[in-house]
Amino acid sequence: MEKKTSKKGIILGVILVILGALVPLFAPVYTVILLTSILMYMTIAVSWTLFSGPTGYISLASAAFFGAGIYTAAIVGMALPLPLVIVAGALASFCVALLVGALTLRLKGIYFVMFTFGLVELLLHFILWWEVTISGTTGRVVPPAGNAIVFYTMLIIFVILLLTVFFIRRSRYGLALLSIGENEEAASHAGVHVTALKVIVYAISALFMGAAGAAMATRWTYIDPKIAFNPLISFMPVLMAIFGGIRPLYGPIIGAAIFTYLEEFLLTRFPYHYMLIFGIIMVVAILYMPDGLIGLTQRVWKKISRRRYADT
Amino acid sequence: MIITILDVVISGLLLGGIYAVTAVGLSLQYGVARVLNIAHGEFIMLGAFITFSLYTKVGINPLISFAICGPVVFAVGFVLYRTLFTRLRTSSPTAGAFEGNSMLACFGLLFIIQNVAILIWGADIKGYSYLAFPVDFWGARFAANRLVTLGFALAICLVFYLFLANTRLGKAIRAAAQDPETAGLMGVRINQVLALCFGFGALMAGLGGALISMSYKIEPTMGLEYTMIALIVIVLGGLGSILGSFVGGLVLGLVGSIVTHIEPGLSLVAYYVIFMLLLLIKPTGILGK
Repeated sequence: MEKKTSKKGIILGVILVILGALVPLFAPVYTVILLTSILMYMTIAVSWTLFSGPTGYISLASAAFFGAGIYTAAIVGMALPLPLVIVAGALASFCVALLVGALTLRLKGIYFVMFTFGLVELLLHFILWWEVTISGTTGRVVPPAGNAIVFYTMLIIFVILLLTVFFIRRSRYGLALLSIGENEEAASHAGVHVTALKVIVYAISALFMGAAGAAMATRWTYIDPKIAFNPLISFMPVLMAIFGGIRPLYGPIIGAAIFTYLEEFLLTRFPYHYMLIFGIIMVVAILYMPDGLIGLTQRVWKKISRRRYADT
Repeated sequence: MIITILDVVISGLLLGGIYAVTAVGLSLQYGVARVLNIAHGEFIMLGAFITFSLYTKVGINPLISFAICGPVVFAVGFVLYRTLFTRLRTSSPTAGAFEGNSMLACFGLLFIIQNVAILIWGADIKGYSYLAFPVDFWGARFAANRLVTLGFALAICLVFYLFLANTRLGKAIRAAAQDPETAGLMGVRINQVLALCFGFGALMAGLGGALISMSYKIEPTMGLEYTMIALIVIVLGGLGSILGSFVGGLVLGLVGSIVTHIEPGLSLVAYYVIFMLLLLIKPTGILGK
């Protein structure tokens, strides 16, 4: 059963990626930019779910890793060609996550949440101080890349991420991650190198967030610490993953697509009230769909099928 | 030299008093009502702006407007818990799920409150001058409003502590903090008590905001920073410990004042470094078991 659905999923995924790759050839610029944003959030949401989904450690450091990628791109962007900028951003994030993970992943529950949330603000204020007092700037300029180039870069990052997630999930490391989420001590007794595995997977998830950050930096062109380290980026993947459903791979992808489109729609229709409406939607989504879209469809389906049985 | 030390210590206590009030509020909300209120700072901001409006538009003395902005913010918190969080609590399968869901709901609230405030007051930085004359303190000079702020902060914490220690409701709150299920079985009306706790948490945030508005500039987006500081303080003092939050607030204020004296831009960074070191070395806090 599992195998069958994943085979269908793979075929569907390949078709979607090929269709996506053709988009810049005929679609208007606006669509390309919108799709780039969607791909960006998909990358962040899927990489967040890669670690936090199976282990149950809720990380709010996504903005820190994303921002690390952005800032690295801003620093090396003038000197290096685009692919190397992306790699540099990814590696910078990877290193930050390795360090942070090694330090903090023995914290449990709410302490881990607080720590990761604090990390975003720590990096923001440290870099702000550094820029103002030591390098004497407040913002940096990243050499811009064309819309289509940024789109293809994001698409490549996303596809590599999907492949990575797919193989990690199917390998024994995926099972080991799940066992950590179920019961860490039992996993450790069963021979899982709990700490090493957590840290490595955490860093891998950060790697992709950093790459996405570096890619987006070339689109935004002007960067300052407040733009780079936006706490919203920490919460969005959590919301998207919960909304779409954490378990299946397509859950955070669907969640990211819907929320990014929603954000874009609200931003163009209600530029002054969009954050307000967004907040209301967030609260309502959590209130009425705590198990996400998939939980909701299951519940509706159950109701319908129950009614059918009741009728007969 | 001695004057400098006195200067740093007293400004640290002034800052610490405000931190203590807001952190005691967050400690109630997290320690008892189990809501990690990321929107705590927004209640602080609300208190600050209500006081600001009452003073600049109506001319009500900020110290008297405590009696207005306190109950308003309390009511907002109480109603929010009775509607939103009670529903989330009953629908979440586990305590962990409730913590996660309520935190996300708070993040939504953060946007709602912040943007409503921007609609009402605009996005600019605001401030007013109240009791701004200097007072000599063994050679160190302070604005009178900051001393009044410290006095009120200490008084608010003391009153609240006495309330928790000596009244029936205080006892119910302490019981709910230890074990909500058992407290419910012992006849504590648990939903009511948790909602009151959340309301009291909001009240402390509102009063903290009113105090902040007397000595500092305010803006609608100021909340997150104060939320983070309050979070750091309650970890510093040990999660759920009211006394710990109070002591932690004063300690953090002192640290902030010392760091500001050495390198002004780094006080927030220093808070986070302390926070992270503490989480790594002693996550139960300085007064924790």
